[in-house]
Amino acid sequence: MHISVNVDGVAYADEVEPRLLLVHHLRERLGKTGTVVGCDTGNCGACTVHLDGHSVKSCQMFAVQANGHEITTVEGLARDGRLHPVQEAFRDNHALQCGFCTPGMIMQAIDLLADEPDPDDETVRKGLEGNLCRCTGYQNIVRAVQDAAQRMKPGAGPKIEQHDHDHVSAKQPVGGE
Amino acid sequence: MTATAEPEVGKARLRKEDARLITGQTRWTDNLRLTGMLHMAVLRSPVAHARIRNIDCSRATAMPGVAIVLTGQDFAAEQGSLPCAWPITEDMKSPPAPALAVDQVNFAGEAVALVIADNAYRAADALAAIDVDYDELPVVLDLEEALRDNDLVHPSLGTNRCATWVYDSAEAGSGTDVEDEIAAAEVVLERTFRQQRLIPAFMEPRSVVVDPSAGTFTVWSATQIPHILRWMLSAVTGVAEHKIRVIAPDVGGGFGGKLQVTPEELLCLLAARRMGRPVKWTESRTESMLSGHHGRDQLQKITLAARRDGTVTGLKVELLADMGAYLRLVTPGIPILGAFMFNAIYKFAAYRFVCTNVFTNKVPTDAYRGAGRPEATFAIERMMDELAAELGVDPLKIRERNWIGHDEFPFTTVAGLTYDSGNYEAATARALELFDYESLREEQQRRRASGDPVQLGIGISTYTEMCGLAPSRVLGALRYGAGGWETASIRMLPTGKVEVITGTSPHGQGHETVWSQIVADRLGVPFEDVEVLHGDTASSHKGMDSYGSRSLAVGGTALVHAADKVLAKARRLAAHMMECDEADVEFASGSFSVRGTSTVRSLGDVVLAAHVAHDLPEGMEPGMDADATFDPDNFSFPHGTHLCATEVDTETGVVRIRSYVAVDDVGTVVNPLIVDGQVHGGLAQGIAQALYEEAVHDEMGTLTTATFADYLVPSAADLPAFITARTSTPATSNPLGAKGVGEAGTIASTPAVVNGVLDAVRHLGVRDIEMPLSPERVWNALQGRSADGSGDVAAGGLGSIDTQGGQS
Repeated sequence: MHISVNVDGVAYADEVEPRLLLVHHLRERLGKTGTVVGCDTGNCGACTVHLDGHSVKSCQMFAVQANGHEITTVEGLARDGRLHPVQEAFRDNHALQCGFCTPGMIMQAIDLLADEPDPDDETVRKGLEGNLCRCTGYQNIVRAVQDAAQRMKPGAGPKIEQHDHDHVSAKQPVGGE
Repeated sequence: MTATAEPEVGKARLRKEDARLITGQTRWTDNLRLTGMLHMAVLRSPVAHARIRNIDCSRATAMPGVAIVLTGQDFAAEQGSLPCAWPITEDMKSPPAPALAVDQVNFAGEAVALVIADNAYRAADALAAIDVDYDELPVVLDLEEALRDNDLVHPSLGTNRCATWVYDSAEAGSGTDVEDEIAAAEVVLERTFRQQRLIPAFMEPRSVVVDPSAGTFTVWSATQIPHILRWMLSAVTGVAEHKIRVIAPDVGGGFGGKLQVTPEELLCLLAARRMGRPVKWTESRTESMLSGHHGRDQLQKITLAARRDGTVTGLKVELLADMGAYLRLVTPGIPILGAFMFNAIYKFAAYRFVCTNVFTNKVPTDAYRGAGRPEATFAIERMMDELAAELGVDPLKIRERNWIGHDEFPFTTVAGLTYDSGNYEAATARALELFDYESLREEQQRRRASGDPVQLGIGISTYTEMCGLAPSRVLGALRYGAGGWETASIRMLPTGKVEVITGTSPHGQGHETVWSQIVADRLGVPFEDVEVLHGDTASSHKGMDSYGSRSLAVGGTALVHAADKVLAKARRLAAHMMECDEADVEFASGSFSVRGTSTVRSLGDVVLAAHVAHDLPEGMEPGMDADATFDPDNFSFPHGTHLCATEVDTETGVVRIRSYVAVDDVGTVVNPLIVDGQVHGGLAQGIAQALYEEAVHDEMGTLTTATFADYLVPSAADLPAFITARTSTPATSNPLGAKGVGEAGTIASTPAVVNGVLDAVRHLGVRDIEMPLSPERVWNALQGRSADGSGDVAAGGLGSIDTQGGQS
């Protein structure tokens, strides 16, 4: 079957077998090996990507089901060489060890934070229930997600990206605009 | 060169590894795609014990994309036997272990045929078209039944008894006779504990790629042990060792599960040799669980002798250890690693350990995080609680009465080890403070008095472990087939940058970061200027790899020694450059100076001078590189005290961990962020053994827990937040003072949780509950019966199928 899928901002058109799993399409055909396979029953979540902005387990979908949709993987999160706040928070809080679950964990965390911008410990734990990690005991993952929530709050970004009154007025005399 | 004012050792450096791991720029083995690469799929036996009458590959061979289908007969002449490097006794029985079964299968999941095809889907398709006729044999599953030798796993051995290994303090001269102590004891307790079978369940499934081109076999593998793998592949296949290069790229966890020479690694090599093309194999999760080695699986009969005042006097340990169907790399030695640890931190007068290794028709067992030491710690910490209950005293008091005092180190134990350092009082005091022990005891009393349906329990576990594996002479004495040293090289590049080569093989531990910190401190170079190379036998030509909490204590020490060699040579050259006596040269923060003058040469200047070699002292070789290999004199002995408050819902049997405090003494800490992470992960795995995980074989020998839906690796929602803290008595056995941390959390947490649950329900008449403490088992225990109705030993676990046979 012929499918067109946009992955991390690039449009791909391919001929695929109907049975080809989305995760294999990403890894084997498109070379997007940042997304990984950890199990075959949908329990581990290592293969989690976003389909039109919502997390899905890409080993539980056929590639053909992604036809006409937009996929974001962990490889498509950084913008202009800057990491996504969730990626930064994972690094800064030592929320990964071997790193195999990390792509899926980060994608699920972003999805969680879209629904729960300021989650407590239990909300994070329940929100990540479908993603297994064998290294960290989850403690630093929970901390990273909560840290990321703070970083993603309105006004929490770098000064340069803020458009508050002080920032704008301070800049005016310099530029003379 | 920038001076490093703040010491790197002890600093919570963020990890160098993370940049690639959080962006998906990873190098997992399964990511590799080579030109002309073929894919291997493995047909596995659905039965646990059978003769193979016939394998018909004709339909599979004719399928599209299939290059060849191979059976054990095809490889019989070249596959040899998979290695077991630890023949624990002279008379140990060791069956041939073909990578691909030739005429008999001995566990469900054993490889019986291979399909080599042009893609993984087509290879998998063809598996279904292979017809195998099996003549089934009686299956041997239960350890005690196996020892009756009614049915044999390997008839050619004549018995299911693999080996019996004994340590006796009276014979060894390290203590008195345990039978005398038992005869003279005021209190004798006998208990039997079952260490259920576990599955390492690393997140990255195993994967192998073998490229046979250019006259050399390049093997990429998701392994913990690239160096041992290279050696063993050569030994088994006869391919010259220098014609094999093994690369462990990014490896997604191991926990001992990738401390193995696997059938599939060997088969990939043989298939690539036969086809003359690269061959890849990546396992599914179910394959991983069916064929990757399992851990634990022991029956422990423990006899403890004590006085009425709570002083322990004798300890007798009688183990049955399940080998499964074959002896893999270190299978028979795993329970022996526990032999020296049952006496733990306590002062026993007499100790006897007898372990009988037994063959069954199950997946082979081998190393899993802690390997022998969690089993030992569980047994002794459960016994200390049993003794406390018997005597009606606080379990903490019993431990205090018997542990080695901080002023008694170095202390030679009844098992013959010399513990170099430790302070059990300090770790325990800190744990009690963080836990709020007294008020939890009060709450426990209130809940008991009011008959609260949710009862509170307090679980205590102290532990020590022998790690930093290992002094080579000790390994030799234990009949292990290799040494325990580790090696490191430092290459000083002409621009002042540094390459470090290590024989350790990290798979999540963060060696790139920590090794950089050590070198930055020692040489006074910036952390960022150090690159750590590992896991490729072409660049890191020797090493003993990573397991047994050894990498820092042994490999880190080799690195310190290499750095010291660099400095020694650089000092001599610096003296030559500054025209002074070497004795007047001082080194600080990356610079050499002449004492009492302003003359200075940076290490970079000296390295460059050594590199161009225009003007060297008489007889000095150009270059500033150095190698060092370190063989430790002793093990290292981390220890700690863990406290766990559990709430047990007596109406449902559900256990909830309310708080968990872990205070560990792992010696000097290089990176506290990484040490905390190791403890967290270790706790999770130990708690998982206590509450969730169990590999279950049904009465036919089929593994019924071969997916993550059935084998309950805990999620974030299943685990509590941990409170971790440290006390520190540096190891005296290495210059870093490091003791090792990889296994600590796993070792201490299992008994802490189980002791906590029993403490919550003991007053309701519950004496013991078998692990994992599922709601069903806890509830059944509260009803005064074990899950299978047979009395003493609970079984049945997660509502699935009992290993002894029969539905629970």
